Amino acid sequence: MRPAPCRIVSVERDLPDTYTLEIEPPGSDWRFLPGQYTMLYAFGIGEVPISISGDPDDTTTIVQTIRAVGAVTDALVAKQPGDFVGVRGPFGTSWDTKAAEGRDVLIIAGGVGLAPLRPVVLDVLSHRDRYENVTLMYGARSPGDLLFADQLQQWRGRFDLEVLITVDQAQHTWRGPVGVVTSLIGRSSFDPDDAVAYVCGPEVMMRFTIQELERRGFGDDRLYVSMERNMKCGIGLCGHCQLGRYFVCKDGPVMTCAQMAGSCWIREV
Amino acid sequence: MSEVFDVLVDQPFFAGMTDGQIRTVAEAATLVSFDEGGVIFVEGGPASDTYLILEGDIALTLRTQEHGSKIVQTLHRGDFVGWSWMYPPYRWSFDANVQTDVQAVQFDGPKLKKISLADSELGYALMRRFTEVIINRMQALRIQLLDVYSTFR
Repeated sequence: MRPAPCRIVSVERDLPDTYTLEIEPPGSDWRFLPGQYTMLYAFGIGEVPISISGDPDDTTTIVQTIRAVGAVTDALVAKQPGDFVGVRGPFGTSWDTKAAEGRDVLIIAGGVGLAPLRPVVLDVLSHRDRYENVTLMYGARSPGDLLFADQLQQWRGRFDLEVLITVDQAQHTWRGPVGVVTSLIGRSSFDPDDAVAYVCGPEVMMRFTIQELERRGFGDDRLYVSMERNMKCGIGLCGHCQLGRYFVCKDGPVMTCAQMAGSCWIREV
Repeated sequence: MSEVFDVLVDQPFFAGMTDGQIRTVAEAATLVSFDEGGVIFVEGGPASDTYLILEGDIALTLRTQEHGSKIVQTLHRGDFVGWSWMYPPYRWSFDANVQTDVQAVQFDGPKLKKISLADSELGYALMRRFTEVIINRMQALRIQLLDVYSTFR
């Protein structure tokens, strides 16, 4: 599959190392589902999988949030409006919002993990009457590392969405919670026998979050995680992203804990 | 004291304990409140009591030379504040600052130890619960120490 050259419409700096690009889609029929990603190509440098972080109901641009952690992502965030990047996709599985209809919804994000979860927040809010209690729990390193801070403020102002935020460390002037994101779980009201949870962040954060949710009675078929490992081709051919019997690039990145059990949470894998 | 008992019997921490045991624990407890901006204890101060938060938020802070005063953890409804009363040198390791108005139950540490010694079954029930809380808090702190959200290049 050849990358389609797409023009960058805007580049916005969210955090010192995190940027959101808006890119013209390759065609008017371009669509994506919450949780999917594209392979973004910085011509002459390389290609990386990047989560789509925009509103699935608005596909006039492809919105992608990138953390600069190496040569390719450095090159992508250095682009200016009018520059071109290569786009392949969208690829991968999506957050199953149908499974959450009529139920409580927990959306639990850690750090830049909020980016792949933002589409599901927007999707749920635009069809709010389909769900019971909806809670967003978000953990970041410090108050200055809160991604989409303005939008988080807006969401906190809604009466139909509970937003709980915590940071790992803060100066004494911070007025909010300090502690790991799992400490927020006990502060939210949801029915563990009938809720659905979407979790994304560093793998260790996801592991402990799942442990805490399972301790409270969550079934692993209602727990979804986004696994992001070594995705290269995006189409299940190269094998770099193999995880147990799955290819993360096409059988994921969104997977249920039921899929993960037995083969994926193994240390050697 | 019956007011304290009525509060304690609803607390998840005491779930599974008998009314008689909770009534005994209530003898070592009083209801207290702290205003926003107040200080409950300071690092290095004498530690004899522990507090169970009923409402409000408390920030545990540590003063550092290089980074100023930093919050290491916040505690909320249902959390216990303070473990240094349990063992020598009985000195607080952090400051406990009131983030929002706090209603709490204050437990007299020496009295708690006395009733635990007098009734080993009650003492074990309390220690098992305190230990679980301490372990959970330590696990969480270990994850915080990992700094999992930082960038690795």
